[in-house]
Amino acid sequence: MRIGIDVGGTNTDAVLTAGGQVLSTAKTSTTADVTTGISQAIDLLRRQAQFNPADIQAVMIGTTHFVNALIEAKGLAPTAAIRFGLPATSGLPPLVAWPDRLVQAIAGRSYLCHGGHEFDGRTISAWDEAEVVAAIEDAVEHGIRSIAISSVFSPVNAEFERQAAELITSRFPGLYVSLSHEIGRMGLLERENATVINGCLREVAEHVCTALVDALDLAGIAAPLFLSQNDGTLMDIEYTRRYPVATFASGPTNSMRGAAYLSGVDQCVVVDIGGTTTDVGMLQSGFPREAATEVEVAGVRTNFRMPDVLSVGIGGGSRVRPDGVGGMRVGPDSVGYLVTEQALVFGGETLTATDIAVAAGRADIGDPSLVAHLDRTLVRTALDRIADGIQDVVDRMRTSAAPVPVVAVGGGSILVPDELEGASKVLRPDHFAVANAIGAAMAQIGGEVDRVFPVAPGTRDAVLDQARQEAVAKAVAAGADPSTVQIVDIDEVPLAYLPGNATRIRVKAAGDLAVTS
Amino acid sequence: MAYELTDKDLLDLATGAALLGTGGGGDPLIGRLLVEQALADGCKVRVLDPDELDDDMLVIASAMMGAPTVVLEKVPSGREAVAALRRLEDHLGRQADAVIPMECGGLNSMIPLLVAARADLPVVDGDGMGRAFPELQMETFGVYGVPASPLAIADERGHTAIVATGADNHRTEWFARALTIRMGGSAYIAEYPMTGAQVKRTAIPRTLRLALTLGRTLREAKQEHRDPFDALIDALKQTPYEHGQVLFSGKVTDVSRHVSDGFTQGHALIHGLDSTGTMRIEFRNENLLATVDDRVVAIVPDLITLLDADTATPVTTETLRYGMRVRVFGISTPPIMRTAAALDVFGPAAFGLTQPWQPLEEIAN
Repeated sequence: MRIGIDVGGTNTDAVLTAGGQVLSTAKTSTTADVTTGISQAIDLLRRQAQFNPADIQAVMIGTTHFVNALIEAKGLAPTAAIRFGLPATSGLPPLVAWPDRLVQAIAGRSYLCHGGHEFDGRTISAWDEAEVVAAIEDAVEHGIRSIAISSVFSPVNAEFERQAAELITSRFPGLYVSLSHEIGRMGLLERENATVINGCLREVAEHVCTALVDALDLAGIAAPLFLSQNDGTLMDIEYTRRYPVATFASGPTNSMRGAAYLSGVDQCVVVDIGGTTTDVGMLQSGFPREAATEVEVAGVRTNFRMPDVLSVGIGGGSRVRPDGVGGMRVGPDSVGYLVTEQALVFGGETLTATDIAVAAGRADIGDPSLVAHLDRTLVRTALDRIADGIQDVVDRMRTSAAPVPVVAVGGGSILVPDELEGASKVLRPDHFAVANAIGAAMAQIGGEVDRVFPVAPGTRDAVLDQARQEAVAKAVAAGADPSTVQIVDIDEVPLAYLPGNATRIRVKAAGDLAVTS
Repeated sequence: MAYELTDKDLLDLATGAALLGTGGGGDPLIGRLLVEQALADGCKVRVLDPDELDDDMLVIASAMMGAPTVVLEKVPSGREAVAALRRLEDHLGRQADAVIPMECGGLNSMIPLLVAARADLPVVDGDGMGRAFPELQMETFGVYGVPASPLAIADERGHTAIVATGADNHRTEWFARALTIRMGGSAYIAEYPMTGAQVKRTAIPRTLRLALTLGRTLREAKQEHRDPFDALIDALKQTPYEHGQVLFSGKVTDVSRHVSDGFTQGHALIHGLDSTGTMRIEFRNENLLATVDDRVVAIVPDLITLLDADTATPVTTETLRYGMRVRVFGISTPPIMRTAAALDVFGPAAFGLTQPWQPLEEIAN
């Protein structure tokens, strides 16, 4: 048996599964302290389906703790960035173009050292130990507790980053160290930014991870704990302590992966309707399509692997009112999680999208008699408006002219009409309200290679094969069952304007977690 | 007339330069951040109209040479391009009075601004390519008789070299490319030293203003919820490029890329959504040829740019992926880029294309 938990800003959702079947589900409020909300969710699960804590084989958690800590600038560790690349790169030192507010929140400092590599693997300049030690000593004097290390072309050769990490571990124990080649991909500034973000979250990560472990201890569960990452794969709790940044987009990813699992469709558009927004993404081979452009988080440019998600301000709690020109307006303002108090069907005084769905007979929620008086034309107009809004986003996400299945999940999925233009069918799987927790429970273990390879004429297949094997080996090393590992993405980008056929190759492999369930 | 560039101009310029990059030329991002730093340090970017140049002024073209992808990783120190300028000045025994962009598309829209700011020189509003091209000889300066050499090249160590190949601009390109690789795949050059009179005769004028205008147009269209493509077409009417049009709309159904001779070559297929037919784009770093069912719709040196169908953000050859929804936008080039001499150097045959040159606005009629 497994437990999947999704900790959102408002709700904590949980599911208990066995052999791929959902045994029980729970929805509770997220609490300020991490432990209580999780404990409550596990208690609720246990009330619905008795289980022996010893039978739980794995617990998977998706959480927004870390991204929220960054956005709210709460509990961030004083962090320094040390970059190896001199004499290159000094034109744009670390933390350049960061919002001042965030630099202050992390008491950010930046240092440039000699080192780094050229695209072809030669070093730019030699390691200068005295220079590195001086940088770290200065950082420590200024109260820095976490260090983010980057090096030019470290995705090709991480020697400088590793050497710096060893030096810090041996001579400055107690400092947190984050290495850029383990966090981001090609693109120095974006990778470095992600590494600094990771660095400033290390203390929050310690706190949250310990609280999660405590919550499981309280419930008597001794099973391994995993957290879900941006790309829909899992990492273990020790990894999370070191790489909290890898959880940033796990929310939408989990709900899309959950939708794929619940519906049995792995090539589809997923419409996730919450209280305030509708998030629409595209699943390809069961994984979310990634955004092609760089993503800004809290005003910082990064190159995280983020799912390509479009949002529109329509949700179950969206306010519905006349638009002044004869039609109805739905959202973007919403009563949010207060829908169960403020919506008409719950005895409240606000006309919401949920009331419209109930009045139209789409759903049986609350007290339908409280919306029986609504004007039929008004209901029809508002319903059409909701359908148009969702329709428009679905259409923008589609990648081919051929109709695709649409899977509707989330608490507000009753708003999705049964037919949508461009949809081969609209699916509303069971347990749709907790798809995100199911996505967490069903997540896979992944491994990725992203590097510049020299591709001599006639060797392309051999080089790709090597990259594939490395990705598979990484997934297996991370805990995937070898018999289930598959290559889920391959991308080749030749480096333009240079002879020599240097090609950047990205390969991602993923497989089921190697535990029996 | 002369004007100063601001931070806000830089964002618009970057967007416009990406558009003029026609799929290549590299992301202007790193260059923009470097110029922003210079402005924050109190440096100024003063732009001179070509008409404001004295005939005997010394003007030097400035650029990054090599792989833009390398620049995203090996960020420059910001001193390289100035070092190249200084080396060429030493070689010539004379100080430059102004710099001029070699290439107004892509990353190289920004490098001359950085040099201008850091060396406290004005930058001339014009360039030698009127878009992005892959090689140094593909410049109107050379087409109309200015030699590319002597050329100075510099890296982040301050190491420099002079390439002197007389009037043979292909050899300048050939030697400088070799040095670029030894310098780590990206290097910074000062080239085509020329007089103010030569600039007025050979440069494509006011392309910096053009890039600014196009970038601003896209930003304002977005803010005003106006169709960005209609806005671009209107804006182009006021420029020497005159004619822009949406050539095709659809979804990318195939991208084939391979590297040979140091270039990203290949093609993309775009399946029409609103219309029937499939557009094929041939590229060699930059987009060179657009055909629909074997019928030529636009061909180099006219500009063929792919933009995101929703956001009108320019899409580069390297980020082009299956499934993207794009509009293919064509821009006609000014007469100085369409003479027989210009087409010899950067027309279809210079890229090994067998299709004859045809102005895109004539094909459209």
